[in-house]
Amino acid sequence: MLRLILRRLALLVPTLFGLSVLLFLWVRALPGGPAAALLGERATPEAVAEINRLYGFDRPLHEQYVRYLGQLLQGNFGTSLTTRRPVMEEFTNRFPATVELTIWAILIAVVVGIALGYVAARRHGSLVDNAAVVASLVGVTVPVFFLAFILKFVFAVRLGWFPSTGRQSNDIDATHYTNLYVLDGILTGEWDAAWDAVLHLVLPALALASIPLAIIARMTRSSVIEVQSSDYVRTAVAKGLRPPRVRNRVLLRNALLPVATTIGLQVGLLLSGAVLTETVFSYPGIGGFLATAISSADYPVLQGFILLIALVYALVNLAVDISYGIIDPRLRTR
Amino acid sequence: MRRTAKWAAVAAAATLILTGCASQRDDDGGGETGGGDGSTGGGEVTFTFASSSDPSSLDPAFASDGESFRVARQIFEGLVGTVPGTADPAPLLAESWDVSDDGLEYTFHLVEGVKFHDGTDFNGEAVCFNFERWNNFTGVAASESLSYYWGKVNGGYAEDGNGKYESCEAPDETTAVVRLSSPLPELIAALSLPALSMQSPTALQEYDADNVGGQSDAPVLPEYALEHPTGTGPFVFDSWSPGERVVLTANPDYWGEQGEVTRVVFPIIDDPTARRQALEAGDIDGYDLVGPADVVALDEAGYEIVNRDPFNILYLGMNQAVPELADVRVRQAIAHAIDREALVAATLPEGTEVATNFVPPSVVGWNDDVQTYEFDQDAARDLLAEAGFADGLTINFTYPTNVSRPYMPTPVQVFERIAADLEEVGITIEATPLPWSPDYLDRIQGGSDHGLHLLGWTGDYNDTYNFIGVFFGGQSMEWGFDNPELFQMINDARVLPDIEEQTAAYEEANAALLEFLPGLPIAHPVPSLAFREGVVYPASPVQDEVYNMVELPD
Repeated sequence: MLRLILRRLALLVPTLFGLSVLLFLWVRALPGGPAAALLGERATPEAVAEINRLYGFDRPLHEQYVRYLGQLLQGNFGTSLTTRRPVMEEFTNRFPATVELTIWAILIAVVVGIALGYVAARRHGSLVDNAAVVASLVGVTVPVFFLAFILKFVFAVRLGWFPSTGRQSNDIDATHYTNLYVLDGILTGEWDAAWDAVLHLVLPALALASIPLAIIARMTRSSVIEVQSSDYVRTAVAKGLRPPRVRNRVLLRNALLPVATTIGLQVGLLLSGAVLTETVFSYPGIGGFLATAISSADYPVLQGFILLIALVYALVNLAVDISYGIIDPRLRTR
Repeated sequence: MRRTAKWAAVAAAATLILTGCASQRDDDGGGETGGGDGSTGGGEVTFTFASSSDPSSLDPAFASDGESFRVARQIFEGLVGTVPGTADPAPLLAESWDVSDDGLEYTFHLVEGVKFHDGTDFNGEAVCFNFERWNNFTGVAASESLSYYWGKVNGGYAEDGNGKYESCEAPDETTAVVRLSSPLPELIAALSLPALSMQSPTALQEYDADNVGGQSDAPVLPEYALEHPTGTGPFVFDSWSPGERVVLTANPDYWGEQGEVTRVVFPIIDDPTARRQALEAGDIDGYDLVGPADVVALDEAGYEIVNRDPFNILYLGMNQAVPELADVRVRQAIAHAIDREALVAATLPEGTEVATNFVPPSVVGWNDDVQTYEFDQDAARDLLAEAGFADGLTINFTYPTNVSRPYMPTPVQVFERIAADLEEVGITIEATPLPWSPDYLDRIQGGSDHGLHLLGWTGDYNDTYNFIGVFFGGQSMEWGFDNPELFQMINDARVLPDIEEQTAAYEEANAALLEFLPGLPIAHPVPSLAFREGVVYPASPVQDEVYNMVELPD
């Protein structure tokens, strides 16, 4: 097990290195450039040249890359061109917001998705099953930003049940330790702040959860259908095991194995879905910031954020792989 | 002989009027909740105004963008302010000033008893500290991406020796004398810019304000610009959560009128639709840069729409590197062919007027007696025939797509109407649509490969040079002509020490421009803000909007 983890971690190094090269070239292929975006109407040729000289964008590409890599190896991700703060600081400032949103989205997706898939599978072919299949199909096909927009328009703008933007209300002045606002509210006993944070999370988390929820539901459904007709389930029932025991120990455990893989993969999708959701709700996480960085051609932010997101993604998948061993004892010996 | 400005009387009058407006109202303790309704418990009155982005720096000396200035106007004050609702300079931290006859010595008489938020006294020494600080920026701090305005106004820094600023001294607590090496009459108007507002010398030193860190290619702002802005204004900095919000609280020791707002929140909402929805959902009290389509809808739905007096210009540029356009008769024909009244009515916000000058009417130097080019397509055809184009001609028209600027909300519509008018008189348009950034600006400002084009400008402070100097201060790729006489006229006017002489010179320059017709001024589009019902907002053409003057409904 330990060897597996170490090997996977070692593999990360060439992966991230390759990614850094690709990212470096990709951001420079974006139309425009930081100078034009920074200067607007004042972008005279001289001013653009001056900015490019100051920031070193006029030097040969390989030279720029070597400098970049050199700094990267020292853990320096550079400085944002627009906010002039270190990229790492920008990331750590905003990441908790995205983590909080992602956790809620995953919770919704996993709990509702597995329940829906399980119920549909147990009543295979019934009305409930068909409804669940249709609902999950819709969930997968509706674009996240569209759903986010509709949710916001109906429940925030028209009905006013939830706030339309941000993470906390303007009249809340809460203390923050972890920057996970709900947790902070609970830790400090500022219940109004915690509840306020929950209200702000509902709509974006729902929008973000839609696709993984649908995928997890379908995965659970097909997996449960497959496992419940398998030999070992039949054997377990034939041995006289009581039905709840069969369901929990035999059926669910086996059926959830592929679902765990799916959940791991969905984390990556959630991080990319966050770009759209956070933009619609002006939610101050890494996604919205990344979207702004694209339009202002903020090279260091684009390079640094995507690299860090890739790292997080890889680590989450590693964690999922490790969790297999917990769900499925057969894998522990390997 | 010294001329003493009569600002003190104006100040007294303005203060009286404003105090009258901003009468304190009893806050009955909040009531309903919901972010935008303006109040929380304990008599707090919160004003929530959506920003479109984070401030780029809390130290306004290192900023040149509207969102940084919006925050800075609440925290800081300059020696000079503006007369409410206009762009005209008015006393603020300086209650009056004298200018020597040669225009080289400015004596500022300061308001007494003012303190910075950290308790430091505001006095002559503090004024000089700020001037010396700006002038002694070095390295990246002295670049356009940081101290843009000092560089522009002064023309340079101590290290390059190009600046006009020479020295500053404080003979006593309430006086500061600034000496220049050559006249700079626009200095007074420029001192109303937040970039040139007064900051606490103690805090600047304590938090290392000039220490722009990192390497030259990656400047990192010092602690001061991120966490400790310290001015004399009605609001004190409280917190900034990047990407989320900036919070200010009332300055209990403010020397002027405190007003009813005790807490200001700037939530950062970068998407224009999201800002509108946040207003509709009651999450904010108001926002800026309202699109023309939203103005109509919000107005009908009962929201307060507040218009600023326009301080901008939208023009049609005619590049004389194109041989046909080098003929003034062709340029005049184009001017006569365009129905600007109809264009403005159809494509620009309500209340917008057709422009006659390249500067808006609120700027000194605006001339009401310039050559205007009435809509007259027959005259246009005659002029074209006279120029030898009786059978028509083809001209390139480059216009921007995917952009909405305050002076040009819908460029494609403007292009379509102008093109249709020109086709009418026999000019065939060869259209070149380009994405705004970087292609369009590159092509217009950096290349000669364009004929007609649309561009504009929003002014910074009340000065004609700030408009026509930017466009016509010298030869440029955008306009493609060389007219040394005209350039000379504009640059001479800039350094005339006497403001009346200067105004006359600028008026003359504006008239000469309209005769030469390098381009056609189209309009001064009105910028709009939207608020929930009952909010009273002190709109200003130069965005000198301080929230101690905001009134919220009960």
